[in-house]
Amino acid sequence: MGKDDVKLLSMWASPFCMRVKVALAEKDVAYEEILESDLMGAKTELLIKSNPVHKQVPVLLHDDKPVVESTNILTYIDEVWPAKPLLPACAYGKSRARFWADYIDRKVFPAGRNVWTAKEDDQVESARKEFLDILMYLDGTLGEQDYFNGDTFGFVDILLIGLTSWFPAFEKYGGFKVEDEYPKLAAWITRSYARETVSESLTSPEKITNFVGMMRQMYGIE
Amino acid sequence: MVKEEVVLVSFWSSPFGSRVKIALEEKGIHYEYKEEDLFNKSSYLSTINPVHNKVPVLIHNHRSICESLNIIEYIDEAWSDRSPQFLPSDPHQRSQARFWADFIDKQLYEASKKIYREKGEEQVNNGKKEVLRILKLVESELGEKAFFGGDNLGFVDISLIPFYSRFYTWETFGKFSIEEECPNLVAWAKRCMQKQSVANSLPDPLKIYDFIVSLNKYYHK
Repeated sequence: MGKDDVKLLSMWASPFCMRVKVALAEKDVAYEEILESDLMGAKTELLIKSNPVHKQVPVLLHDDKPVVESTNILTYIDEVWPAKPLLPACAYGKSRARFWADYIDRKVFPAGRNVWTAKEDDQVESARKEFLDILMYLDGTLGEQDYFNGDTFGFVDILLIGLTSWFPAFEKYGGFKVEDEYPKLAAWITRSYARETVSESLTSPEKITNFVGMMRQMYGIE
Repeated sequence: MVKEEVVLVSFWSSPFGSRVKIALEEKGIHYEYKEEDLFNKSSYLSTINPVHNKVPVLIHNHRSICESLNIIEYIDEAWSDRSPQFLPSDPHQRSQARFWADFIDKQLYEASKKIYREKGEEQVNNGKKEVLRILKLVESELGEKAFFGGDNLGFVDISLIPFYSRFYTWETFGKFSIEEECPNLVAWAKRCMQKQSVANSLPDPLKIYDFIVSLNKYYHK
């Protein structure tokens, strides 16, 4: 079987790109990373051609065929490279994973954005409350398990762990600590970061927090 | 053969619920339908969908599955021995199908509400422009195919066709013709309506229009 040609169009701060990097690492799939510039630069022709509808990263190019939207990319990766499955085997288990994937995608990052873009005290307060309420459901579904996928690190874990590189920024500007509010969730973050596939794929939270600080200045929030 | 318990909890006008009805009927799955009053939600709904408290919910042998696209994939997998298969077998084609279904999910319903719920010509026109942009993108993806799924209804067809019941409402509020703007897409919709599963699952467009008019009276109080 010929060697797969796998490329990832990504941007260093994007938690959605970090997810894909973790998934590829978990599957031992070699790939070439092509970095799009950050907010200031123009989008490359390759990105526009590969994702004409949204013009956004991440984009996975597998033998030049594009796959877009990070959750969709993770499902694709799991189907094409089925060894070490990320999703449960049974239909119901898969549906639970997809449910939480949808929840995480719709709620966590937008709520986090509301936290770091909030200007007045009362806005910060309500954004913090909203974010913590969202985490409450995740903490609840994790329960006493080591991972959202049960005993093994899997699909939902990967989708959420990329976003956690932004959590220290949300904590800083929201005035809270996840480990005080949800110690089990915080323990899951630490446990997941102990995996090389995660620690090598995620951008350091310090770098992200500096980036968020810079954006706050740019948007006139501080 | 063990009798399976299959229950669909939904609301008659929900396009998301219609998707599930189509999928169940396409696979020939017998189910019990339970109508939920969305204006007076039952405590039952909060037990089967505690996170979102929304319809549709599929209950299969006492386990609930929520979110319509999730439900369609579940039906495809749990009854994989029954044709048709909604998602193609090739992983890249599957990713394409999921992309378009997700695109429709995230954009169309919200954009359409601007046409019929907003007051003010500018907002209505913005809604109209957005809906047409979405429909034209989707129409170009259909191309020359009979259905998004090829020769038969697939994942994207099932995701989109319930919104056809709302075309009359959008056109009436927005004063435009979707058939004029997207003739291939409307031809596709009429093709879908010839399928029993679709015809049986979609509410009457006039009933939808009357319902939305009466909802507006409630929202604009």
